[in-house]
Amino acid sequence: MTLAPSGSQRPDIRSTSPKRILLAKVGLDGHDRGVKVVARGLRDAGFHVIYSGLWQSIDAVAEAAQDEDVDWLGVSILNGAHMTLVPALLQELHRRDLDHIGVIVGGILPQQDQQKLIDLGARGCFGPGTSIETIVQFLS
Amino acid sequence: MATVSTDPTNSRATLSGVPVKPVYCEDDLADWDPETQLGRPGQFPYTRGIHESMYRGRLWTMRQFAGFGRPCDTNRRFHFLLEQGQTGLSTAFDLPTLMGIDSDDPRSLGEVGRLGVAVDTVDDLFALFDGIDLTQVSVSMTINAPAIVVMAFYLSAARQRECDWRKLRGTIQNDILKEFHAQNEYVFPPEPSVGLVVDLIEFCSQHVPQWNTVSISGYHIREAGSTAAQELAFTLADGEHYVQQCLKLGLDIDSFAPRLSFFFNAHNDLFEEVAKYRAARRLWANRMRDRYGAKTEASCKLRFHAQTAGCSLQAVQPEINLVRVGYQALAAALGGCQSLHTNSMDETFALPSEHAATLALRTQQVLASETGVTNTADPLGGSYFVESLTQQMVSAAEDYFDKIEEQGGMIPAVNNGFFRREIAESAFAYQQAIDSGANVVVGVNAFQSSTEPEIALMQFDESTESAQIANLQRVKAARSDQDVARSLTRLKRAAKARQNVMPALLQCADDRVTVQECMDAMAEVYGRFRSDANW
Repeated sequence: MTLAPSGSQRPDIRSTSPKRILLAKVGLDGHDRGVKVVARGLRDAGFHVIYSGLWQSIDAVAEAAQDEDVDWLGVSILNGAHMTLVPALLQELHRRDLDHIGVIVGGILPQQDQQKLIDLGARGCFGPGTSIETIVQFLS
Repeated sequence: MATVSTDPTNSRATLSGVPVKPVYCEDDLADWDPETQLGRPGQFPYTRGIHESMYRGRLWTMRQFAGFGRPCDTNRRFHFLLEQGQTGLSTAFDLPTLMGIDSDDPRSLGEVGRLGVAVDTVDDLFALFDGIDLTQVSVSMTINAPAIVVMAFYLSAARQRECDWRKLRGTIQNDILKEFHAQNEYVFPPEPSVGLVVDLIEFCSQHVPQWNTVSISGYHIREAGSTAAQELAFTLADGEHYVQQCLKLGLDIDSFAPRLSFFFNAHNDLFEEVAKYRAARRLWANRMRDRYGAKTEASCKLRFHAQTAGCSLQAVQPEINLVRVGYQALAAALGGCQSLHTNSMDETFALPSEHAATLALRTQQVLASETGVTNTADPLGGSYFVESLTQQMVSAAEDYFDKIEEQGGMIPAVNNGFFRREIAESAFAYQQAIDSGANVVVGVNAFQSSTEPEIALMQFDESTESAQIANLQRVKAARSDQDVARSLTRLKRAAKARQNVMPALLQCADDRVTVQECMDAMAEVYGRFRSDANW
């Protein structure tokens, strides 16, 4: 391994590459209409999108986020278990020193829970009726 | 921001994209034969409804879907709904139960009793229907992969309460194919999964004759983003696949077909929805008679439950959802449903509160008793537009039937991802139409309000999970391990021999074997299924 000469600016090889986002379904919830629509919308907007598929464990999602070196992690939860699953996910990311990954949450999320999730460290919450454009603007 | 166009030359289409002309006349029905394609209400091909007098003779069943927490919690909601004038029960199970996983499994963390009632053993079925006369109230249970296990628990509980199985009335969803297309609550691969559907059909046609053995469901296909025509076509194709498998087993068509029922979505486009229901009846009647040799009227009559479209509900200005649900319910009634669930306005946030659930039920009661919609059978029959649209729905569905056949039939089409791809395309197009403002959604992309009313949501009791697990542990401690092991061995043997597993499952129920233990035993024989994550 060679170090860059002191004083020189290391080129940021990622600055021109597309933002990477992992979209994930955690828990047993099989509702994937929303997450698939968001996946396509973000891809069309120029993101590099990875979708986890259904029924992922917290650990598997955090590991995939790490392996894929993503900028954003979007979790889609429509089963009401977000107050159990999202804090667990944030903790697992923290444990892995991945706090730089921005976590956004989509799904059926009561207003007061959205605020709690933000307070816990989620960057954004998007409920039903959110347009793709709103999500793209938020992430850009 | 979208606005509603008043330009008369502006092109219009149904919600699913079928072009709609400014006016429909006789010319639009030039190729239409009212004799064979319409008939009268109660007469083949039942386009106008399955009963001569329709709601004059019998009103639709008001069957609101309910379930949360532990069985005792849902039992209280059931008693409340019956006191409010609901005429049938409909049970929502939690996700672990729907996936065949017990409450004490680590995968159930955070989900026990959350979206429906938790059921682990036959004792939970006792508690669920405590104080309800099962021979008087018809009971619907929405469950698929473990449907046959839960049905065995239900029958075991009924037998232990000395209810005559021949008097039990109700429906179990038991429609696994739509899980592979849309809802994703499958466990075993498609073929053995369909085998279990057929086992349940066979057993009930012999022993529980008034039970609707499968509720062939387009609802979830539509919720996953399909068009109305896709919902219609895929649902009927699923139904035909079950029929074909029953016939392969040697069952007589008229012994089981009268107990097949259907479940459709009631979405926003009033006329398209009505046309969809009318086309469904006509297609089913013709195919049952001409392709499968059904001889009785009951085998040809498509009976259906409808539920208003959950995916149409919005989080902004949630009270507007009451209005959406009202119009969707009107479509279901004009389309001749036999049973109806109206969604609650708060479902984009949480499970329905008691207040919101009552308003949803009242919506049906107003429709049934104040609007006059029940006074005549098929009031839209003969409308140039509705009959044209019905024709179009029929031919769109037939095109899909051909496409499925070209791929070698249902199972190859499931395995190659055909249904999922078709639905994903439509879901994306639907979202784009809303984002672009081409489809107006009041409060979302047009007519926004700056003020948001607060609505009180149902609060989930966080002690549910531990209480349910404690109860399961009590049941496990009190049962005989030897009996459990013997019952599971018998179940595996029946599964391996491709015998009907219902008798073995009834023994499992009696011995307090859990849902997950039954499902894991069958998975040893059948294997498990995972579809790819294509989007």
